[in-house]
Amino acid sequence: MLAHRLAMESEWITADMVEATEFPHLANKYEVYGVPRTVINETIHIEGAVPEQVLVNKMIEVLDP
Amino acid sequence: MPLLNDKIQAEVRQALQNMAGPVKLVMFTQASNALECEMCSETRALVEEIAALSPAGRLTVEVHDFLDDKAATEQYKVDKIPAIAVVGAQDYGIRFYGIPSGYEFSSLMDDIVTVSKAESGLSAATKAAVAKINRPVHIQVYVTPT
Repeated sequence: MLAHRLAMESEWITADMVEATEFPHLANKYEVYGVPRTVINETIHIEGAVPEQVLVNKMIEVLDP
Repeated sequence: MPLLNDKIQAEVRQALQNMAGPVKLVMFTQASNALECEMCSETRALVEEIAALSPAGRLTVEVHDFLDDKAATEQYKVDKIPAIAVVGAQDYGIRFYGIPSGYEFSSLMDDIVTVSKAESGLSAATKAAVAKINRPVHIQVYVTPT
């Protein structure tokens, strides 16, 4: 998974793949209706599959808004 | 009764042939007489089954109790179960929460091989951008078993 590959590239990055149906309170918290839904640092949400470039840009955006 | 049918077992065995080095699946569960979480025992059985299909025991499983083994829970920063950390030469911060079925399953297989190579396979541009990161980034990808 792309997010896991990013985690390999930096000590600062951690990445979780979360099975939404087993954690309904989290699915509610992050408003997961369609999957995949990517959440970065609790603040940025991305709907659907995300290409490499977009995920990298979003990561940088979350750190320097 | 194995969780994986013959066809999937053959595919897993095939995929794991590509492992370049040892990888361990560090699993967190709720064990023994405690109320094991709904998918915990099945997740544990699954990872043990997968590991048994790896060449020369290159893929191993380490099981920790989420509540009793506080040191490990803190070390791997696991906050819910079942949890799997895919650990190679180092702990890269790769976690799976929930039973890895459906799409998660192929991601797990992919991650095991990638981690075994200690090479992310990302583009040079991505690696350069990521190298500049100097604060924590926590990515969560929510999926469903389809």
